[in-house]
Amino acid sequence: MSDIAAEGPIPGDAQPHQGLRGAPSYLTAEHGLAAWFLTTDHKRIALLYAAALTVFFFIGGAGAVAIRMELFTPQADLLSADGYNRMFTLHGTVMVWFFLVPSIPNTFGNFLLPLMIGARDLAFPRLNLFSWYLFIGAGALLVYALVAGGVDTGWTFYTPFSTAYSQSYVMAAALAVVLVGFSSIATGVNFIATVHMLRAPGMTWFRLPLLVWALYGTSLVIVLATPVLTLVLLLIVAERAFGLPIFDPAYGGDPLLFQHLFWFYSHPAVYIMILPSFGVVSELVTCFSRRQVFGYTFMVYAILWIAVVGFLVWGHHMFVSGQSLYANIVFSFLSFIIAVPSAIKVFNWTFTLYRGQITFDAPMLYALGFIGLFTLGGLTGLFLASVPIDVHVTDTYFVVAHFHFIMVGGAVSAFYGGLHFWWPKITGRMYPDVWARFAAVLMFFGFCFTFFPQFIMGFLGMPRRYQVYPPEFQIWHVLSSSGAVLLACAYLLPMGYLAWSLIWGDRAEEDPWKATGLEWRTSSPPPRDNFRTMPAVDTGPYFYHPDKEGPRHDEPEAHQNQGRET
Amino acid sequence: MDIQLWPVAASDVAARVDAIVLTLLLITGAIMALVLVLLLTFAIRYRRGSPARRGELPELVKKEVEIGWTAATLFLALFIFAWAAATTLGDARPVGDALEIHVAAKQWMWQTQHPNGAREIDALHLPRGTPARLLMTSQDVIHSFFVPAFRIKQDVLPGRLTELRFTPTQTGEFPLYCTEYCGTLHARMGGTVTVMEPEDYGRWLSAQPQGDDIGHEGAALFVSLGCSGCHAGRGPVRAPGLAGIWGRDVQLADGRVRHVDESYLRDSILQPRRDVVAGYEPQMPSFSGIVGEEELLRLVAYIRSLPGGQP
Amino acid sequence: MSGGQEALREPWDSLRRQREAASFGTWLFLGSEALLFGGLMMAFAVNRVLHGDAFAAAGHETNVVYGTVNTLVLLTSSLTMAVGAEAARAELRKLALVGLSLTLVFALAFLIIKGFEWRDDFRQHLFPGPNFKLQESAARIFFAFYWVMTGLHGLHVTGGIAVIGWITWQAWTGQRALRSPAFEAVALYWHLVDIVWVFLYPLLYLGGRA
Repeated sequence: MSDIAAEGPIPGDAQPHQGLRGAPSYLTAEHGLAAWFLTTDHKRIALLYAAALTVFFFIGGAGAVAIRMELFTPQADLLSADGYNRMFTLHGTVMVWFFLVPSIPNTFGNFLLPLMIGARDLAFPRLNLFSWYLFIGAGALLVYALVAGGVDTGWTFYTPFSTAYSQSYVMAAALAVVLVGFSSIATGVNFIATVHMLRAPGMTWFRLPLLVWALYGTSLVIVLATPVLTLVLLLIVAERAFGLPIFDPAYGGDPLLFQHLFWFYSHPAVYIMILPSFGVVSELVTCFSRRQVFGYTFMVYAILWIAVVGFLVWGHHMFVSGQSLYANIVFSFLSFIIAVPSAIKVFNWTFTLYRGQITFDAPMLYALGFIGLFTLGGLTGLFLASVPIDVHVTDTYFVVAHFHFIMVGGAVSAFYGGLHFWWPKITGRMYPDVWARFAAVLMFFGFCFTFFPQFIMGFLGMPRRYQVYPPEFQIWHVLSSSGAVLLACAYLLPMGYLAWSLIWGDRAEEDPWKATGLEWRTSSPPPRDNFRTMPAVDTGPYFYHPDKEGPRHDEPEAHQNQGRET
Repeated sequence: MDIQLWPVAASDVAARVDAIVLTLLLITGAIMALVLVLLLTFAIRYRRGSPARRGELPELVKKEVEIGWTAATLFLALFIFAWAAATTLGDARPVGDALEIHVAAKQWMWQTQHPNGAREIDALHLPRGTPARLLMTSQDVIHSFFVPAFRIKQDVLPGRLTELRFTPTQTGEFPLYCTEYCGTLHARMGGTVTVMEPEDYGRWLSAQPQGDDIGHEGAALFVSLGCSGCHAGRGPVRAPGLAGIWGRDVQLADGRVRHVDESYLRDSILQPRRDVVAGYEPQMPSFSGIVGEEELLRLVAYIRSLPGGQP
Repeated sequence: MSGGQEALREPWDSLRRQREAASFGTWLFLGSEALLFGGLMMAFAVNRVLHGDAFAAAGHETNVVYGTVNTLVLLTSSLTMAVGAEAARAELRKLALVGLSLTLVFALAFLIIKGFEWRDDFRQHLFPGPNFKLQESAARIFFAFYWVMTGLHGLHVTGGIAVIGWITWQAWTGQRALRSPAFEAVALYWHLVDIVWVFLYPLLYLGGRA
């Protein structure tokens, strides 16, 4: 054991932006526009995605700002009724398909997956680049739909409203989502093939870091669920463009069939959005507790359990839709069942802290915030899984609050946590830690202020997608809108100091957090080919301390990287 | 300004739902508190440099705890499920002698009609203590009928009947919302449900202009659409008589049995060949596209009112 | 093995591994495609249960002659594709090119026959619209599915023609080594297009005639 540990890199002796043998980093290896826009390097493609996602985060965020400003008073102040409907459709469509679904997989996943399993690149590098262009094409089409006049169907595209009644740019938006779906599928296929075919020697399945497992589970869901969304949106386009009345009740078509097919994708899509954050948070919690992940195998099975059962619970979006009572009960049962693996993960993260040696760097603060918000979001899911309660709170702000706790409090917090954790690896720079901690705390409280009041007003009966509302709900909307200001600051602040760090930040060491993943045994930023020599693996992940011991009271344990030189 | 934290509970459903909500609040509150306490305790106790004991995890924590909380959450989930499901099934049980209200939704208004034909727009008056049964359909897109004070909600679909059952238990005026996004003025598609003492309701009802009652309107349609030609036994074609079939089970030609209710009559008018009654030829043409939603409601009400029918 | 070295791409160390990955990746993609058409067929099945008579009557209107001929054409093309891909793997250049070219011919024939069929359908007012031929309103739903299913399948055939044409041209001009995994991957895709048709044929052409 000790001799392997001794072979590990000694902190500080690596050249910050150059590999040990003088290979330039991936950032400086090639120059020129073509070297970026035609690159097949997974790390550069990750940055291309990051740039595109930032743009969409701002577009979707602008929608949120407009919504929250409008809802400050019960009357219509800023927007017309149609304008408001277009605004929440914009917000939902952009945030779901152009930010949350691709967020962690296409940025951190692209960047880290090959590094974490010890590969030179993804299995199909050109497909990876192609998927980015699909994404950009889809994004351009969506922006066209939004600029041309917008879409007013809500992100759910329910028929017959979307097919026969909406006067807006439904087809362009639907086709944009179809295209972005192809992009997702390409990424999913790529990730699965990479995990199967390109693991480093000795990197067995149960030695994979949890982020890799999470991305693997996510990819499975993407590959199997997305085509159904593609199909159902194509059917909408067929009905609008060619008058093929598949869902038209006037001819006996069934609008509920649309909902079944839509949620068959869109419920698993929730897990597409949250599973990668599970992976990120697992990496962060274990690193800053200096403790092996508690119950690694349970964590893996929980991911797979969620990925599989996630396909079987779509009907809980339809408890009041008119589907049969017995269908409601079966879907309710399955929805309770899927709560169990999420609970396992929360308890395991918590117990990873037990007897650890915890520091509160910014990524850890984000991770702790995630656990709290995700737990609350998950527990409110139990209310929604109970049919009688769901009947009361579905399509109210209670549901809005619930899924924002999961997707924003959960997925976006994890995204920011991951960003702070891997920033030194990606850019080779350290950011100012004090600012980062402040932003993390601000994000937690801003989020709670914004969305907790929505639970209460939802339970009181405030329906979602309402531009005007009875005055008794105003107090909650005011709280929510005020919290949104804090939240917006917390999202913008990191963009400032992270940009600052690119120029003035300290050079990052190879392994600034003393973490164990393979990605930390190469230079920061890594060379084009990722590693000086391709690593081999002899141990499981998270070797922060020997099995039979724990960390000491202070000073990081002599942790051991998962890989060794070959 | 008084801040409300709990919505008014004005129906039997509300009482049952609130009981589950309260229990679930206690349970989830306890879990949330447990997680937060553990997180904070561990985070403080095991911060770097603290003198707390580290080292290997106790044997007990390693395996048993994991299995323990997996089993515990599973049982808890099953318990809540069982309770919620039982309540759901209980709410679905039919009650006799319900007051039947027909609801038609369209962009962006609610039309309601009482059994005697009295109509209201964006409003509904109900007597306290009498079970109400809402039969709802939409003329355009999907809407949803939501009265927070009753804890009831049901989507209202085009081309299909959906229903809601509840008993108002408190008098007063309660807001009604549309909660399925339905286009431009979705946010303004609401109204008021007014619950009155039964005698007040009777007085209110008799003061309404009644029009024809729905059953009579249905009778006229039954003749004008030509239904009576076969089903009243005067024509050359043999078709089952309709008097008294309401509420019974009928044997179908393919051996299945169907209960005669709104949805069966509706299906039989729109898709007559789907459930042909045993002993008859599938000859009836479909009236899909010929009769509208409101006419369907009237026809059904007429058939139901025929003598010999059971409640 | 110069052919092997040419075909090897980043990030692979061995051609065998690269070939496995290409075929594995294609299978994953096919799984995705299966859900696409599976969802469509499920939607069809639901409507068939809801409107049995109308679907039977409407199914009778499809042109079974065109449908059957096309089934045979497409099945044969799968055979020639299999020959082409296997020949490429064995580096039998001539046979590979013949197999691929025949596949292209059959695929084009399929589309042309389909085009004639669509034209006839149009002339008979079988496109749901104002002058639709059939009375039963749910017959429109059947034909909505007919056009969507054959249209989507036709798009897949068109896509297949594009990629088969592309790799055939590359093989012809020697830009792509015959041992490239692309041949096998494209062949897998083409078999899927074929299998989907094998499901569509009974659903659309035979269902109304049983």
